[in-house]
Amino acid sequence: MRPTDFTVAGALAALEEGAISAVELTRAHLEAVEALNPRLNALITVTADQAMEAARESDARRARGEARPLEGIPLAIKDLFCTAGVRTTAGSRILGNFVPPYESTVTAQLRRDGAVFLGKANLDEFAMGSSNMTSAFGPVENPWSRRNDPGTRLVPGGSSGGSAAAVAARMALGATGTDTGGSIRQPAAFCGIVGIKPTYGRCSRYGIVAFASSLDQAGPFARTVEDCAILLRSMSGHDPKDSTSARVPVPDFAAACARSVKGLRIGVPREYRLDGMPAEIEALWRQGLDWLRAEGAETVEISLPHTKYALPAYYIVAPAEASSNLARYDGVRYGLRVEEKGGDLRDMYERTRAAGFGAEVKRRIMIGTYVLSAGYYEAYYLKAQKVRALIARDFDRAWERVDAIVTPATPSAAFAMGAKMGDPVTMYLNDVFTVTANLAGLPGLAVPAGLDAEGLPLGLQVIGRPFDEETVFAVGAAIERAADFRALPRVRAGA
Amino acid sequence: MSAATYTIEGRTGPWELVIGLEVHAQVISRAKLFSGAATAFGAEPNTQVSFVDAGFPGMLPVINRECVAQAVRTGLGLNARINLWSRFDRKNYFYADLPQGYQISQYAHPIVGSGAVEIELPDGTTKRIGITRLHLEQDAGKSLHDQHPTKTFVDLNRSGIALMEIVSEPDMRSPEEAGAYLAKLRQIMRYLGTCDGNMEEGSLRADVNVSVRRPGEGYRTRCEVKNINSIRFVMQAIEAEARRQIAVWEEGGEVEQETRLFDTGRGVTRSMRSKEEAHDYRYFPDPDLPPLVLDEAWVEELRRTLPELPDARKARYMRDFGLPAYDASVLVAEKETAAYYEEVARGRDPKLAANWVMGDLFAALNRTRRTIADPPVSARDLGALLDLMRDGTLSGKLAKEVFEAMVETGRPPGAIVEERGLRQVTDTGAIEAAVAKVLAANADKVAEYKAGKEKLFGFFVGQVMKAMQGKANPALVNELLKRALG
Repeated sequence: MRPTDFTVAGALAALEEGAISAVELTRAHLEAVEALNPRLNALITVTADQAMEAARESDARRARGEARPLEGIPLAIKDLFCTAGVRTTAGSRILGNFVPPYESTVTAQLRRDGAVFLGKANLDEFAMGSSNMTSAFGPVENPWSRRNDPGTRLVPGGSSGGSAAAVAARMALGATGTDTGGSIRQPAAFCGIVGIKPTYGRCSRYGIVAFASSLDQAGPFARTVEDCAILLRSMSGHDPKDSTSARVPVPDFAAACARSVKGLRIGVPREYRLDGMPAEIEALWRQGLDWLRAEGAETVEISLPHTKYALPAYYIVAPAEASSNLARYDGVRYGLRVEEKGGDLRDMYERTRAAGFGAEVKRRIMIGTYVLSAGYYEAYYLKAQKVRALIARDFDRAWERVDAIVTPATPSAAFAMGAKMGDPVTMYLNDVFTVTANLAGLPGLAVPAGLDAEGLPLGLQVIGRPFDEETVFAVGAAIERAADFRALPRVRAGA
Repeated sequence: MSAATYTIEGRTGPWELVIGLEVHAQVISRAKLFSGAATAFGAEPNTQVSFVDAGFPGMLPVINRECVAQAVRTGLGLNARINLWSRFDRKNYFYADLPQGYQISQYAHPIVGSGAVEIELPDGTTKRIGITRLHLEQDAGKSLHDQHPTKTFVDLNRSGIALMEIVSEPDMRSPEEAGAYLAKLRQIMRYLGTCDGNMEEGSLRADVNVSVRRPGEGYRTRCEVKNINSIRFVMQAIEAEARRQIAVWEEGGEVEQETRLFDTGRGVTRSMRSKEEAHDYRYFPDPDLPPLVLDEAWVEELRRTLPELPDARKARYMRDFGLPAYDASVLVAEKETAAYYEEVARGRDPKLAANWVMGDLFAALNRTRRTIADPPVSARDLGALLDLMRDGTLSGKLAKEVFEAMVETGRPPGAIVEERGLRQVTDTGAIEAAVAKVLAANADKVAEYKAGKEKLFGFFVGQVMKAMQGKANPALVNELLKRALG
């Protein structure tokens, strides 16, 4: 077995048995990065030396009998997580030279548990995008391509496109992502892997470059549901440095993957059946529900009546928060500064931000500034918050009748690079199935369930109650077992 | 209530003033409002700055419990409603010394609601000034424009320090009332230990809202004069701004609502920013901070452990010590003075103690340019001096002399009495001898006295005291003289 084909669970077992060393495992992945990254552009920064150093330390620890839960597991880290001493760009020119002197809580916990960081994964600029096309460090290519059109390069989805592509192409065993409106689940679905956005508050946001604070949540990518469960356990937990992180115990998520779904009530929201949705996605959804029924679950049609307002509300709340969160990138203390001789402070702000931010980020800053402005605040921001409360109430009512909700993860398979770029709203529609979980703070998992006619992966989404990731994992694992998804992307290590 | 309303006589008649204050008080706490960085004044620039205060990527605010407690204590001290549910908002604007690009403040839901303080005016009358609200917010950093010919330097030591903004009702009607209100706020916060009130260091700053009106009218347009850092300047700024507005109205113009600055050198206010640059702060709830929810029992605990406040203390001095209102006011004005006084008065004659503190001690403070917090004579030593008077060791006159020596040397009174031999003589034999000597030397005066010129008694006392070098116990001298003169 090729070291890059391991699952996280499999690699941990092989490391423990001595079948492979952390150094071998890490070297194999660094070789895959070297071979594939020039084409896929999944990583912005490769930290080969630090990775090999960490792998050697891992082998030494394991030899001493001091192996930690993720000892020697090579991961890619979305370049939105601050990593001490390693450049952290957020995919933006404005932070192109920023080296944080501190470590995010999530990455600190992964290090604490023995993970090895291969490098920093590409992303849409400031996590704003659904295609990874907005990165200042160039787009990421999806390792998958259409069966009959292999020459057309496809997007990996976004914003965590680099993380998803790296895991799909076997450049890493797993990766971190963040999800504000679907930025983990949509790329996971586009790249044929598993990704979970846990409950808001499950993972600390400390040290993650903020996009929209009330929606941002970190989560893992991996190639199996169980692997995601293993990674999430290390990433989770209360953090006194983040006032919105929850004081709840962290369960053994991996154990929940083996739970039976027998007797679970699975909600099927009728509002998620969109006009013009591809028949294959509709069929896959039905198939997924059949699989769950075959395992003894009961499916229940439910209504989430305010679903149609979710996307507009999201595209008010998220830019509003972003417009304020991104005000700190002003050229004064760190990052890019552009100034003209004789120019004043305002001139420096304008030049710095004009040069530092890309078009999509500027668009969202302007939308956000507009919706918070005097005279518009009530009509936009406040109204959107009310919609948000109604969406949360929709789910609260649903939980009285069901234990989990299953929907398609995305309204389409991966699309071509450069497509949907003309009209931002077309791009925003990618998030239609995923934003509701962010607005309501609920856990959502994307799991590959099949291929479309072009041979591209399609995913299903499992949404759960707040802090009930265990049920989400159980349902996701049941779909995974039934789907028996074995298809491989064309671009991958060893191919 | 004061009977006469303060007015300014304009060209066309009298004008009343309407004044409200927004006071920014720096909270006494070791750490900042949302970060663990230190807050000491006067540190080297940019040495008390955490990554949170500097607005680094991914940094998050975490509320400092002590700052919240200080705000609640202050609210309780202002007899105000404590809001058990409050929330932080972001006030968005760009400035070089505002690292996050927004100030975290409480816009819509402050931690403290309405309250009131009572001010005392020079004529002895009192007036109630309403408090609209008190909220917590972050201070900004400091821009230094004078360090370099073309650059502005930024010091972030102050960035993120907790401020309480205390907003009054427009209840003040004269510069004096505004001054008395600000002094009262400062006094209450110093008693509470929630703000040191040091206006020179900027820990207390005031924005003044001023409008003028004809007697009996409703409110006219007000202007805000920002960032005034002394009580005297507050009063001057109000006067100057009121006169400016009166002139505008009297010339047929219209006062425009705007923000102004007080030029302390020229004694006038001037416009700070034009309307074109008026800020839209785009307030919205800070998504990094959940609502601030206080436990009622915790608030009660703070209420229970609140120190005695100046009004209550003054009432106690009048009631228990029998002090006149004026003396009580003077003694409670500063927390340290009151503490000093109480130590001197403990177990002694409170009126005598008050006289010594307000008389000799205050004079000594003035003369030596020292403060009550660092007095030349400790309260314990002054108390000991009073004890020496009570037990007859020292006469009043000798005590004054000993006190001056104490101020000079810093030594306790007992030691000075011993060293200089100032102990008053209570040996009746020595005094009787002196009396006999004086009467013998002034036989003519004795005859006059006996003939009815009783005024001469004082002369004999003086002569005896002189003979005793002032150390004789005056009561004994009186008694023995009377007996000898028969």
